Amino acid sequence: MEKRVTFNERWLPYLLVAPQIIITVVFFFWPSGQMLFQSVVTEDAFGGNTKFVWFDNFVHLFNDSGYADSVRLTLVFSFLVAAIGLATSLLLAVMADRIIRGASFYKAILVWPYAVAPAIAGVLWGFLFNPSVGSVSWMLKGVGIDFNYVTNGHQALTLIIIAAVWNQVSYNFLFFLAGLQSIPRSLIEAAAIDGAGPGRRFWDIAFPLLSPTGFFLLVVNIIYAFFGTFGVVASLTQGGPGQATNILVYKVWNDGFRGQDLGGSAAQSAILMVVVILATIVQFRFIERRVHY
Amino acid sequence: MSRILLSSVAGVALLVSAHGAAAQTEIQWWHAMPGVLGETVNALADQFNKSQKDYKVNAVFKGGYAETLTAAIAAYRAKAAPHIVQVFEVGTATMMAAKGAVYPVYQVMADASEPFDPKTFIGPVYGYYSTTDGKLLSMPFNSSTPVLYWNKELVQKAGLDPNTAPKTWPELGEMARKAVAAGAKCGFVPQWQTWTLIENYGAWHNLPYATKANGFGGIDIELKFNDAPRVKLIQTFSDWSKDKTFVYGGRTDKSNGMFTGGDCAYFIASSATASTIDKALGSGKFGMAMMPYSPDVAPKPQNSIIGGATLWVLQGRPKEEYKGVAKFLTFLSSPQVQAKWHQDTGYVPITLAAAKLTEETGFYKKFPGRDIAVQELTLNPPTENSKGLRIGNFVQIRDVVDEELEAVWSGKKDAKTALDDAVKRGNDLLRKFESTNQ
Repeated sequence: MEKRVTFNERWLPYLLVAPQIIITVVFFFWPSGQMLFQSVVTEDAFGGNTKFVWFDNFVHLFNDSGYADSVRLTLVFSFLVAAIGLATSLLLAVMADRIIRGASFYKAILVWPYAVAPAIAGVLWGFLFNPSVGSVSWMLKGVGIDFNYVTNGHQALTLIIIAAVWNQVSYNFLFFLAGLQSIPRSLIEAAAIDGAGPGRRFWDIAFPLLSPTGFFLLVVNIIYAFFGTFGVVASLTQGGPGQATNILVYKVWNDGFRGQDLGGSAAQSAILMVVVILATIVQFRFIERRVHY
Repeated sequence: MSRILLSSVAGVALLVSAHGAAAQTEIQWWHAMPGVLGETVNALADQFNKSQKDYKVNAVFKGGYAETLTAAIAAYRAKAAPHIVQVFEVGTATMMAAKGAVYPVYQVMADASEPFDPKTFIGPVYGYYSTTDGKLLSMPFNSSTPVLYWNKELVQKAGLDPNTAPKTWPELGEMARKAVAAGAKCGFVPQWQTWTLIENYGAWHNLPYATKANGFGGIDIELKFNDAPRVKLIQTFSDWSKDKTFVYGGRTDKSNGMFTGGDCAYFIASSATASTIDKALGSGKFGMAMMPYSPDVAPKPQNSIIGGATLWVLQGRPKEEYKGVAKFLTFLSSPQVQAKWHQDTGYVPITLAAAKLTEETGFYKKFPGRDIAVQELTLNPPTENSKGLRIGNFVQIRDVVDEELEAVWSGKKDAKTALDDAVKRGNDLLRKFESTNQ
């Protein structure tokens, strides 16, 4: 009798984690394995004529100046999306935290954009800034700025950054606001009694105490900028004009699904996966130590 | 007793009806025609299904061209391929390279003993999708070719005759400049710039796009479109863009709004855009003519090449089902069906008989200019340079050309550097295609 119970206890934990493990294996490990396999073979689109080519697909990528451009662009883009997104949402959270009357109304409005899918956000911003019918570009023309994201690469990049940040600000805002509200009132009040002004109270007390939230959001935002912005780019600029907005995740899709170059696309995915794994390890190992918990 | 009899009769009736349903073979047709075009496609399938009892064609909309091709490839890999899939013209080399996956149309027809005569097709439509020895690989379905449109109101404002089109590029430049001077926001805008300004400019002036008869003779080819006439053309547009005689409106058909919105005086675009323009500007408010040519390059134009999509038959289904596929393809290419498709959608008819039938109904008198596309395609017997294009990794090569042209329009590169770079980058993609498909 007792033995049977021991047996149950040995298998029960495995049984309980099984659904999670199965989902991870089927939806993560298996596709990743396939991707790694694809990255070392070439084949025609229909899966015939498969040839093992070692690391030819990677060599091709590193010799392609377009790929290096895309890497540089992605770094700039991700930095700007994460930095602007975090700064804006922190500012909004601090302001929303101070408001007493109508606070929930403001919060609801600020959280709203998160309910909009990136692809829809792209269409919305594209419509506002459309060179011939967009209302914002019409107003810009009024003040002498010729805004045409179809031909101007810098303007196109600016536009996808705005759209990507707008879409992510709500998420950051929620976390920052929760972080601010969990800071004990007594600390702030004690500082106020000691004569610290609002600015001093924020930078010396609230900001360090927010750092765990900020750190978590930094990781999430960088991963968002790397991967989650695909919908914005696909619906707004399709990587153009030229290659001005051809970020890595869009290039992976474009080469693989439009160009039918599965080997090259898989090699890019492999690199992207390694980069993200490394970035996460670096962030958790080194930056985490300086974060005040 | 009678109850047993009744139930057995019912049972037999059930069996017969079940048998009747099973005898009707379903044929899956995946297409990429959205909206109104999709409704026309469904009507075609319905018409075929009502015309006979053995087969039922099931038309399924799968998204854009790229999505449809990707979906068909994924389905083929999972051994659940549709019988027929619609693939855009730039996917032709990809489909051809997939040996064992496609069932060439001439063979489908021969195996099913369906009557099939290549001579009834319009030359460049047939040629684009056939082998060098004239065997048809995929059935042309929606084909179009670039034509010149102009906004009569803007042209009239500039003091020009609203019913006369520019015949040459220098003439177009002059007229477009006058239109801008008279207040038009832009003189001339192209649609699908890689297709209209580079690929079709080549065919129109009998210049090669690539070696080995534009890729029909093999996959070990090199791109050739950085020749002097095309460098000159692109440089001219770049110069024109300073005073808005030329304006770039984006890739693919994104520039449509600039013409349909009444901003631009001249527009080079697919003949299939005619119905959209008709709806936006109103009948009689715009003109249609053949593309201009450069008299210093060729004394007269050759013929244009097509764009659009064809129907490919995929392998992997039971043999007898392909008889239905063959019957359906015959139905689609019949003059009545083609004439109706041509008139409803603006795509060119694929057979001469359909064009003739359309003319007899007085359609071209009612909608002047809708016959320009066929005139351009049949202007002269196609040469090696104007039969069509068969380029590997063509989707990516077109992206490269788009990118390099955009570098010219934004003033980052001059025309010569941009086209040289496009050829160099395109050749790298061709080498990759060659090594994959050897």
